[in-house]
Amino acid sequence: MSIVPAPIAQLPWKLMLLITAIATFGIVVLYSAASGSMTPWAFNQLIRFVIFSVMALVLSRFPVSLFATWSLPAYGAILIALVLVELIGGVAGGSQRWINLGFMQLQPSEFMKPVIVLAVARFYSRLPVSEIRRWNAIWPALVLIGLPWSLVILQPDLGTATMIAAGGVTVMFLAGLPLRLFIGAGLIGGAAIPIAFSFLHDYQQKRVLIFLNPESDPLGAGYHISQSKIAIGSGGLWGKGFLQGTQSHLDYLPEGHTDFVFATMAEEWGMVGGISLIFAFLMLFRWGIRVSIRAQDRFSRLVAAGLTTTIFFYVAINLMMVMGLAPVVGIPLPFMSYGGSSMLTVMLCIGIIMAIDRDRRKSSRSNWE
Amino acid sequence: MKFPKLTPKHVTEASLSFTFTRRAMVLGAFQGGIGALLAGRMAWISVAENEKYVLASESNRVNLTLVPPRRGWIIDRHGKPLAKNRTDFRVDIIPDRLKNKEAVIDTLARLLALEPEDVERIREDLDKAAGFQPVQVSDKLSYDQFAAVSVRLPDLPGVAPAQGFSRDYPAGPTVGHLLGYVGVASAKDYEERRDPLLITPGFKIGKDGLERAFENQLTGKPGAKRVEVTARGKIVRELTTRPDTPGKTIRLSIDAGLQDYAGRRLGTQSGSVVVMDCQTGDLLAMASMPSFDPNSFSDGISHLEWDMLSQDDHVPLRNKTLQGLYPPGSTVKPMAALSFLEAGLSPHDTVHCGGAIRVGNGLFHCWKRGGHGAVDMRRGIAQSCDIYFYVIAQRLGMQVIADMARRLGLGQKFPLPYPSQSYGTVPDAAWKLKKYGKDWQIYDTVNATIGQGYMLVNPTQMAVMAARIASGKMLMPTLLFDPKRPAPATLGVAQDHLDVIHEAMRDVVNGGGTGGAARLPIPDILMAGKTGTAQVRRITMAERRGGVRGNASLPFKLRDHALFQGFAPYDNPRYAIATIIEHGGHINRIEDAPMISSDVISYLYDPVKAMERLEKYEAGWGGSPEARLKTQMAAFRVSKGLAEAPPPADNASNASNAATGNITANSDTPPDDAAGGAANGTGDVAE
Repeated sequence: MSIVPAPIAQLPWKLMLLITAIATFGIVVLYSAASGSMTPWAFNQLIRFVIFSVMALVLSRFPVSLFATWSLPAYGAILIALVLVELIGGVAGGSQRWINLGFMQLQPSEFMKPVIVLAVARFYSRLPVSEIRRWNAIWPALVLIGLPWSLVILQPDLGTATMIAAGGVTVMFLAGLPLRLFIGAGLIGGAAIPIAFSFLHDYQQKRVLIFLNPESDPLGAGYHISQSKIAIGSGGLWGKGFLQGTQSHLDYLPEGHTDFVFATMAEEWGMVGGISLIFAFLMLFRWGIRVSIRAQDRFSRLVAAGLTTTIFFYVAINLMMVMGLAPVVGIPLPFMSYGGSSMLTVMLCIGIIMAIDRDRRKSSRSNWE
Repeated sequence: MKFPKLTPKHVTEASLSFTFTRRAMVLGAFQGGIGALLAGRMAWISVAENEKYVLASESNRVNLTLVPPRRGWIIDRHGKPLAKNRTDFRVDIIPDRLKNKEAVIDTLARLLALEPEDVERIREDLDKAAGFQPVQVSDKLSYDQFAAVSVRLPDLPGVAPAQGFSRDYPAGPTVGHLLGYVGVASAKDYEERRDPLLITPGFKIGKDGLERAFENQLTGKPGAKRVEVTARGKIVRELTTRPDTPGKTIRLSIDAGLQDYAGRRLGTQSGSVVVMDCQTGDLLAMASMPSFDPNSFSDGISHLEWDMLSQDDHVPLRNKTLQGLYPPGSTVKPMAALSFLEAGLSPHDTVHCGGAIRVGNGLFHCWKRGGHGAVDMRRGIAQSCDIYFYVIAQRLGMQVIADMARRLGLGQKFPLPYPSQSYGTVPDAAWKLKKYGKDWQIYDTVNATIGQGYMLVNPTQMAVMAARIASGKMLMPTLLFDPKRPAPATLGVAQDHLDVIHEAMRDVVNGGGTGGAARLPIPDILMAGKTGTAQVRRITMAERRGGVRGNASLPFKLRDHALFQGFAPYDNPRYAIATIIEHGGHINRIEDAPMISSDVISYLYDPVKAMERLEKYEAGWGGSPEARLKTQMAAFRVSKGLAEAPPPADNASNASNAATGNITANSDTPPDDAAGGAANGTGDVAE
């Protein structure tokens, strides 16, 4: 035993270091995005990160069983909130996403991203093992995913709806449903894309089309993608240098501190900064997957892997979007993009995975990593 | 409920755990794979395509603006500027960047105190503008107004204040036709040349006259300014600036003082004066009045001003010195007499003038009803006796006269730098056959010999004729100052023949002839010249019986043209002059061709006294041409029911584009009255 007290020594230091490193990098980028100023973004982001880190550490002390118990009630509550958004939510940005609580704007669909994982995992953990290859193992999960998905699609928020569906389906996949179901669904889904496309809103269709050929409209709706690629591409190997980005500082890059923060970063830090960041995120996912593999019970496993994948979807969709591989859907980059909602969600995920990790360590008494 | 396909495999806790682990690994691998894909994409964009995106980022960031080159000056033979550049403060609107059109226009109208009609014009231009092409809001702003707009720029997206140069013609209207004017390039110009300089705010191209003819020399090389701009177009800082190279200076043979004097001396008349150097052929003055003010044309002229100018019966939009065609009338008599001498006629042969002779079935009168009695060549010219020329011309034939006319420059094309010129006609048998398919008649000869009928000249040709008669040399009119030009060849006319003509022309002015009004107020310097009257109407049989109506009682358009050509000093010719007053009718002695010619020539010898006389006249005419143009404009506004307030000088660029088109269109057709004169082939007399 070292001189460090056991409770402190048991904190997941390596993980916290990794997350802090990513978040600090994010704050540095926000500092630059504000033309070398802590206000209006970097300082707020720092405060948020500290508060949400503490929240995640507090969450990690809760027993996993508590999350299991509360997962379905939480799911139900958020579902109700989503219905309320439809009924009384204010119109923002062309779609209904927010409930005004007076002191803050609440975006329930954001919370649905981790909670759908908890709810579906909870369902499969209580499903008798023998039922897993029966129809009964499929439809309740599909209902669990389908309800919030339809409500979010109605708002309409394509990005969040996709993430909810992806999170839920990932848990179904991990729960052990027959592989051919996924392959078959994938094929049918692929065939249905043209039909689905016709149901999209005009502005969503436009985004998808422009994603396919952003140069067709460089000054109009393709502007975001074009400018983002210019920012990333002009950074080169080593970047233009801290505070030297022209695309962001001269306002050519829209949303340079939120959804397109990666482009702001890549312009100044180059490919070296970009690949380091991608590598850091991969380390985070590796940690999450390893926690899930080592977890003892079904719920913990599914939740750890599912929440890791939720964070992964944030990162993957955002980066594909800024690099012109996916349409502009408004998914922020965890720890980097300025904004409270997404950081809260991601920190909730991290806190729950840490709780699972801690639970496993307590029971096995082994000292993983 | 059972789903048959799902049942076959037996599932245990252990196998499920194994499946989970395997699938979690697959998921991890998938995440790693996506991560690798993203890293690869990142490398592709930022390393492989780096060059392309660096360029794109630079072209975003750096805005290259052309600095319009300062236009070359146009100076006179003594180096005095005829056209120069003046620093001005200007505000434009870039339609593409305009966000809130109404608010911006309202703010500008308030800050710059724009008149409602200017606001209307700006709106019109904005509707027609092609995105990137700046629309001029106002120029010639005071520094305070300029600063007031500049500090509010963040609230006025699309507004571009600029400091630039504008063309300045110190002499105003009197050089309008000589120099032409400049204007903003039209959309058509840009389509043809595709030069980005053309759409640079503040850049103007020559639209007419010398400004257009010497466009290439006068346009310098543009400078460039690289500035860093934000996405909204706000300039962050200047990176580098390359200064412009001003255009070349064009030195004309024109004498600026004489040009201005001649223009002003034409007074309220519609006419032109051309003065030529008898030793070199240098054109010293080419005044065509009334004229437009090239200063206001170059700023963009208002529809109203354009309407006024195009409706004026004094045709201020036509350069009469080159585009006006007139029957030369009796001014061709010295030329005709010279052709007689060269054909072997003795100057002492006399003809009896009884007031009229019969040619064919027509009776041709002399201008003097009672007749001149016995007339020799000298008296024939001095008294402008028509009968003398009718008789001799019939004896020697038209070809003799036509050849001499062409030798002296009539009907000839001169390579002067003007895009549209009218060259007139010297008729002979071959010409008539080709043109009308009819044989030459004896009465055609009779008409031509007194400068009527088919014969048409422009004032510049008339000046060349005067200069060639004066010098006996093949003088070519030229506008560019060039002291090293080779000496002109001789005409090949005997000097004693010229002396006869010179003496006769001296008598016209100084020997009790028809041109006494052209006598020079300079001691010891005698003017030699010849007057002329050109009819523009058919004289009716009733008039023939009852006496020809006086010009004063006729409407303006029907009055005779008044002409004068001559040179001074008569014994050592130095300057030649041609003056034509459209529809002058010899009504007003002061504003008639002989006296105008006399004053213009006297300016060359005694400018102070000449100017004193002019200023006295101008007091009676309502001021300088510029002042009269303003008065006329104000009256025109009132007649159109508009407010009397004089408009600010800035105006629509499109109107000046339209001006170019119309002037060109006008110039292609000879003036109606001259054409009428040409068709007027009756045997009516001049003088």
